[in-house]
Amino acid sequence: MSEMTSNMELNCEGLNCPLPILKTKKAIDSLNSGEVLKMTATDPGSVSDMASWAKRTGHEVIAHTEAGNVHTFFIQKK
Amino acid sequence: MADTKKLAIIASQGTLDWAYPPFILASTAAAMDMEAVIFFTFYGLPLLKKEIDAKVSPHSNPAMPMKMPFGSKEFQSFNWPVPNVVSGNMPGFDNMATMLMKETFKKKGVATIEQLRGMCQEFGVRFIACQMTMEVFGFEKEEFIDGVEYGGAATFLEYAADANISLFI
Repeated sequence: MSEMTSNMELNCEGLNCPLPILKTKKAIDSLNSGEVLKMTATDPGSVSDMASWAKRTGHEVIAHTEAGNVHTFFIQKK
Repeated sequence: MADTKKLAIIASQGTLDWAYPPFILASTAAAMDMEAVIFFTFYGLPLLKKEIDAKVSPHSNPAMPMKMPFGSKEFQSFNWPVPNVVSGNMPGFDNMATMLMKETFKKKGVATIEQLRGMCQEFGVRFIACQMTMEVFGFEKEEFIDGVEYGGAATFLEYAADANISLFI
């Protein structure tokens, strides 16, 4: 897979619900429309939570990969 | 936004375990672009104090797992059988259980109550303190954090009448 580019990186590894969502929200707020946030998390619940959060807020999870226990999300601000 | 969803929560419990759901749900709702209000009443009111002193009481929570936040994985997984006669009579038992729960939460990357409360305020969640409970239990506004509104049942219901989600916790 080709490496995606991001405008900001956020490490939520080791954090549990709801912190990855709250920190993602703060990070997204600081970006401009169209910019991409790369967020990594180890909380298995973050997969479902990120999808729900994106559905509700309108921001888009453009890629999600899993390596080991680490989930990587690329989120584009609407 | 025309279609902003609204969450209305009544927080009526002030123990450490019950302090979590209102702050988790309200902060997450705000992060999902919803409006959120928490109405603090009865035992939920102390959660607005500058210093939160919430504890957990295993004696009144028979289903609460008693686990250790340290040692090997097997040791941590072990659910300690604590007889009621111990949890109810041993001085300091609640303090110990509270310490263990806080330590477990920290190890598992769970936010503290103070942290979640701060996030709520940062995201614009409204906190309403029940005026009647303040009179009854003798709380002063000076004991509470800044940014709290004060009102009664009608204040909450006026907001909740238009809420999409209403929870009594």
